[in-house]
Amino acid sequence: MAKPAPVIIVTGLRTQFGRQVIHDGLDFSVRRGEVMGIVGGSGSGKSVLLRTMVGLIKPSGGNISVLGRDIGSVRGEKRAQIQQRMGMLFQDGALFSSLTVAQNIQLPLKEHGRISGALLVELTDVKIGIVGLPLDAANKYPSQLSGGMRKRAGLARALALDPEILFLDEPTAGLDPIGAAQFDELIGELRRALGLSVVMVTHDLDSLASICDRIAVLVDKRVIVGTMDSLMHHKNEWVHAYFHGPRARAAKLGGQSAKSNAPARVAE
Amino acid sequence: MTALAAPETENGWLESRQDGDHLLVRLGGSLTTRHVGAVDARLRALDVANAPRLEINLNALTGLDTAGAWLVHRTRELARKGGGEVRLTGATASQLALIGVIAGHARPCPPAPPPASSLLRLVANLGVATIGLGAIARDLVSFLGQTVVALGKAVLAPRRVRLTPLLYHMEEVGLNAVPIVGLLSFLIGIVLAYQGADQLARFGAEIFTVNLVGVGVLREMGVLLTAIIVAGRTGSAFAAQIGTMKVNEEVDAMGTMGLDPMEFLVLPRVLALLLTLPLLGFFADIMGLAGGAVMTGLALDISLSQYIRQLQTAVPLSALWVGLIKAPVFAFVIGLVGCFEGLKVDGSAASVGRHTTRAVVGSIFLVIVLDALFSVLFSIIGF
Repeated sequence: MAKPAPVIIVTGLRTQFGRQVIHDGLDFSVRRGEVMGIVGGSGSGKSVLLRTMVGLIKPSGGNISVLGRDIGSVRGEKRAQIQQRMGMLFQDGALFSSLTVAQNIQLPLKEHGRISGALLVELTDVKIGIVGLPLDAANKYPSQLSGGMRKRAGLARALALDPEILFLDEPTAGLDPIGAAQFDELIGELRRALGLSVVMVTHDLDSLASICDRIAVLVDKRVIVGTMDSLMHHKNEWVHAYFHGPRARAAKLGGQSAKSNAPARVAE
Repeated sequence: MTALAAPETENGWLESRQDGDHLLVRLGGSLTTRHVGAVDARLRALDVANAPRLEINLNALTGLDTAGAWLVHRTRELARKGGGEVRLTGATASQLALIGVIAGHARPCPPAPPPASSLLRLVANLGVATIGLGAIARDLVSFLGQTVVALGKAVLAPRRVRLTPLLYHMEEVGLNAVPIVGLLSFLIGIVLAYQGADQLARFGAEIFTVNLVGVGVLREMGVLLTAIIVAGRTGSAFAAQIGTMKVNEEVDAMGTMGLDPMEFLVLPRVLALLLTLPLLGFFADIMGLAGGAVMTGLALDISLSQYIRQLQTAVPLSALWVGLIKAPVFAFVIGLVGCFEGLKVDGSAASVGRHTTRAVVGSIFLVIVLDALFSVLFSIIGF
């Protein structure tokens, strides 16, 4: 497969809070159209990396180029333009609690898309349909939705402006296995249909195996990037433990064939 | 994929040609969320529903996203419903796939329910608020009962009172409030003296300014002001502390360990207030009188010894007691409302803020109502 041009290029990224160094010299890139998973132990700075990539945290050193612009230094109108080409799904959706689901989706469409009237309502319905929310969810408030539905609604809002890059912070955390598998499928389908590049922080080995093209592992303040297969054979102790642990075996990563007698995944 | 991600340099455009019963609609440029507005309006203006044969040509498209795909899909469906024959030409495979996805998910959501009429809403809100107020009053009375029981248990078995949290809260509530209470009381003393001096000087009765300051500060202002400051400072802190513990499920954790939140959370806080508010009130009295002394000295040339002599003759000791006897009552109410609202928090961060506000408003309201009742009571018994 030819390698398409990267949409995100991280070079020499250094993040520190006070004296605590989180990342020290990260170099990697995200290609157009791929799904990249970010994994790492608790406190290894996965969410921090995601937040730095979307420009919520300013890096202490190095730079992050998103869609050809340095996200750490663009300001004002240019920054807003870049921001509109990215969508972010926060862990619990981060929906505006005073607005209904439909209004949450309409907010970016109205503000940045300058869309109004009948088309606004139609596009809202399309987004709600695409993420698989039930129809009556449109007029509900976030507090009336379940966790899984809040994530779907958050995804619909992140997709409102048809971004090129989608950032997901632990999209399957807190979902039951059925819901998590459905969410994985949804991400895969959207990425194919909309040509999205996806960056997702996850702890979910099933997600990694089923939808991620490449995986960035944060270990010892550095990053190791590779496909699932190449990481399986990586020498780093933590990486080995991660991909060969009991849970990895349960997710059928550890070199076992799909024909093993472990129960099949619910989605399959 | 590349067609979808093409740079959006060109706005979307539309071209239509009627050729007998054949209607050709050519779409071009970038049909993306930011650029579909004009095309949408022109598509709606076209009479596709009555076109026997419709051809939608996408040859000239440079970009297509869900918004553009929706327009294509909507137009196609409209023509089909009208009984016409529709052809989609010039679309790339990825564009067709995207339109297919939209077609698979397009279902109109029910419209938002219309808002009720404003008069109806007003009546409904009034009813809800009244019932809510009644429920709060009932719960507060029941909480009062629980607190009294907890206090009673503590009196019967003083060992149940944990000394460390009690002392911690006494420091927080009492000692740390000394500067602000002192400063504000001092200023109130100055204000009373200044206003009194201004009015009484007209009758040549300047010396009675001392009576005004003495009685005003000792009977009313000292303790009332302290209670209001403490309600704002401590009532809110109690509600926020206990509310945060509710959000973190710490209060539930206590329950599973068989620890009584009344004994662990409410009792030390209420006791700390009961013990420190009278002391703070006394301190406020002194500072208020000091403020009066400074102002009468400056504005009326009344020396300190004159001031003290006048205080001794004009202000009975009972004025001090009348003021201070209210302090424990205010303390109890402030602690009660603060802890009550804290325990009412229901798990979301937003409700911590709401209940903290209600704790402050509620305790200040009750303090002033009680103060008014005390005034009536004292005037009846002639105290």
